[in-house]
Amino acid sequence: MTTQQTAPLVPDFGADGSGRKLAIICSKGNLDMAYPGLVLANAALGEGVEVHMFFTFWGFDMINKKTMGNLKFTPIGNTATHMPQGLGGLPGMTHLATSQMKKAIAELDVPEVPEFLQQVVDSGGHLWACRMSADMQHLTEENLYDEVEGIISAADFIELTEGAQVIFI
Amino acid sequence: MTVTTIADRSIHVDAEGFLTEYDEWDEELADTLAAQIGIELTDEHRALLRYLRVDFADQGETATLRRVSAQTGTPVKRLFELFPAKPAKKMAYVAGLPKPRGCV
Repeated sequence: MTTQQTAPLVPDFGADGSGRKLAIICSKGNLDMAYPGLVLANAALGEGVEVHMFFTFWGFDMINKKTMGNLKFTPIGNTATHMPQGLGGLPGMTHLATSQMKKAIAELDVPEVPEFLQQVVDSGGHLWACRMSADMQHLTEENLYDEVEGIISAADFIELTEGAQVIFI
Repeated sequence: MTVTTIADRSIHVDAEGFLTEYDEWDEELADTLAAQIGIELTDEHRALLRYLRVDFADQGETATLRRVSAQTGTPVKRLFELFPAKPAKKMAYVAGLPKPRGCV
C-alpha cells in the first residue's frame, strides 16, 4: 500500500550534541577480542556518540607499539571453533588460526588493529591507557600508540566517563 | 511504501525518509535533501555524492564511511566535518540511497 504524504518526510538524525556517551573497556589482547570494542566504538562514533576507550591488563597489547600489529587468535580453550580441543595445541596452530582470521577480516574490508584505532581517533574517539597496567608492564607513553591521550588511573577514567554507558570486553 | 513531496516532486521513501527509487534523485534534489538536514552543498560534498551514486550502482549497496574514505581519498575527519555527527547516514540520505548496511 502506498501512502501519500504532503509534508516532506525527513529522517531524524537527532540533535547534535545529544550528550550520549559510551565507555568501552578493553581488557583482552587476543585478536578476536580486539575487534568487538573497535567495531562498536566505530559504530557509536558514526552515530554521533562520544566514545572513550580504556585499555587495561591484556588490552594493553592493542595499544602497545610492539604488539598492536601482531595480535593473535588461538583456538585453544575456545569451543566455538568446533574443532577437537586437542588440535588447538598442535605446533603452528595459533599461527594458522591467526592468518585465517586476519584473512577473513581483510576480505570484509575491515582494517587491521593499528589502522582501525586511527579510524576511531579520526572519527573523534578518545583512547586512554590504564595506569596500573602501565606500571605492571613497566611501560610509558613512549611505548604506546601515539594517539593514546594519556595514562590515567581507574578513578580518572570513571570521572571522565560520568553518565556514560559502559561496555566491558 | 510512502510517497512524500520534496521540492514539489513526488518521491518514494522508506519509513524513515530515505529514498527508495534510485532514479528519482538528481543533483537538484540533493540540494533540497541537504538543506532539510541543515547542510549547504559545496563541490566537495557533490563529488562525494557522485562517488556514492556510482559505487551503489556498481556494488548494489551503499558504501560505508571507511569505503568512502578509502576510495575517494577523503580523510575520515573531513567526512565528519562535511556531514557532521552521522556522516555515513547523512551522505546516504542526500545521495538518495539506503543507509549503509556494513558494520565498518
